[in-house]
Amino acid sequence: MTATLERPSAPTPVKNKRTVTPARIALHAFLILTCLMTLAPLLWAVYASLRTYDDTSVNGYFSVAKSLTFENFAKAWEIGDLPHFYWNTFLITIPALVVTLLLSSMVAFGVSRFSFKFNLALLMIFTAGNLLPQQVIVTPLWRLYRLIEVPEWISASGSLIDSQLGVILIHIAFQSGFCTFVLSNYMKTIPYELTEAARVDGASVFRQYWQLTLPLCRPVLAALATLEFTWIYNDFLWALVLIQDGDKMPVTSALQNLKGTFFTDNNLIAAGSLLVALPTLVVFFVLQRQFVGGLTLGSTKG
Amino acid sequence: MTALQEKPKAVAPEGPPPRRRGKRATALAGTDKLVLGLMLGIPTIVHVLFVWIPTLGSIALSFSRWNGIGGFEDIEWIGVDNYVEIFTEYPRFWPAVQHNLIWLAFLLVVPTCAGLLLAVLLDRELRFSRIYQSALYMPMVLSLALIGFIWQLIYTPDGGLLNAVLGLSDKPVDWIGDSDINLYSVLVAAAWRHTGYIMLLYLAGLKSVDPALKEAAALDGASAVQTFFRVTFPVMKPVNIVVAVVTVIEALRAFDIVYVINKGRNGLELLSVLVTDNIIGEASRIGRGSAVAVILLTISLGVIIPYLYQTFSKENRT
Repeated sequence: MTATLERPSAPTPVKNKRTVTPARIALHAFLILTCLMTLAPLLWAVYASLRTYDDTSVNGYFSVAKSLTFENFAKAWEIGDLPHFYWNTFLITIPALVVTLLLSSMVAFGVSRFSFKFNLALLMIFTAGNLLPQQVIVTPLWRLYRLIEVPEWISASGSLIDSQLGVILIHIAFQSGFCTFVLSNYMKTIPYELTEAARVDGASVFRQYWQLTLPLCRPVLAALATLEFTWIYNDFLWALVLIQDGDKMPVTSALQNLKGTFFTDNNLIAAGSLLVALPTLVVFFVLQRQFVGGLTLGSTKG
Repeated sequence: MTALQEKPKAVAPEGPPPRRRGKRATALAGTDKLVLGLMLGIPTIVHVLFVWIPTLGSIALSFSRWNGIGGFEDIEWIGVDNYVEIFTEYPRFWPAVQHNLIWLAFLLVVPTCAGLLLAVLLDRELRFSRIYQSALYMPMVLSLALIGFIWQLIYTPDGGLLNAVLGLSDKPVDWIGDSDINLYSVLVAAAWRHTGYIMLLYLAGLKSVDPALKEAAALDGASAVQTFFRVTFPVMKPVNIVVAVVTVIEALRAFDIVYVINKGRNGLELLSVLVTDNIIGEASRIGRGSAVAVILLTISLGVIIPYLYQTFSKENRT
């Protein structure tokens, strides 16, 4: 961030660079106001979460706080049993993320490095699949999951329904659409001669993929991993529908339970919501470039 | 991009190794063929099995009457009765359609204009540009479910921010409970998140516009506004299509935020809620729910197909 602040001193001789015109001031004022309005809901939640129930019930929320405390966070953490739900999310997000990237990169490699007749059709299937509204899929999927039997050590229900594996699988299937599209666009920009040369040297297809192509895709894989992490973390619908046992819910879907647990204590709800938002906010602020880059790649072709 | 793809094909005739002519796949050894088949096959099977087969399932089930719990032998095939019932009798259907349309119109107008305006303002050498962008993108990482929670703190009649700011604390408006206005309250929250995304798309689009075009227009005496509407905006057609696609899909998918607020009732009915109510709500009419899903599918294909066409038609030609 500091780097950007200093950038205007770069030697590019743009006219009016340093003179402060009224138009510039108006522009900055407008942007600052817009940013504050954008941040307001979150800041308001932070403010509410730092106040005690006694304070706000007497003085209302729109008042100067008498004291600020982290008590609500500790309470939400405990009452909401958040560590347990974070763990559930972790169990779903990490495997889903890794396998999605693995499978999508395989397809993308296949369609971008070899010219099969069905390449275009395959890419279209994946791309279209990623754009479907989830509700188009959800009812038959819910029934399909009851049919697919899995050993009891994977799912107590004996089928995919009510199991974390089921949620992982639909994330993989659904998200691989977007990732395949982005990765194949990226792989097409890698010079063909590279894999060609490796092939002449006798490298197997798998080595061309694993040792040559994937390392070159590191930036786009990082971008996709960042994006997919937030998307899978933020999923609400799949887990809500496919998991019935509230104890197995990931943290985003478990918010629904928290609402009941916290009844009408808005300060606690604010604290709980912020704790749930925290991992994605951290990812955003640390890996913002990857996050933005991933979305841009997904929108512009190649 | 296309240039890169064409190159090897153009070079091939000069390069002498004769085994390279024809399809490249023919040069593959047996194990390589198998490996490649698995690499393409496994992901495709997973994707088709869990995404496309259920989609076809929705279409099939929309012609049936079934509670979804019993076996397949309990399915009763009733033709288009579900559709007839939805269009003529089902009381929640038309309100849901109306709400989805309002949702779409709102997202197409408010976040698109705001996002475009912000992108244009930020697409220049500007101090603190990074900080502004960070702040404006931030809502994008929050889930819509979470946004529902956070915005309830603003809308609640019980000491919410909005009533206090508007000076309505004595006679508070129930922004979420009142079925006449709650849809718009929720839409503001949804737009809050969507604006950052649109801005991101347009910023990327503006960066890809050739600066020479703008300079030429300026030399011809066009004003900044004229340049934007006559030159820049039309050149960004691909971005406009992406914006339209993501907005329509977003409007059709809308679910989480209304579900955490009131499970999609009392003024917040949406098509997506009508579908899921059959498997997690009290209704369990799989056939009728699937028919609503097929309606969603039909509308979404209306944007998916043109999008696929514009994205892949260039490749088709080469």
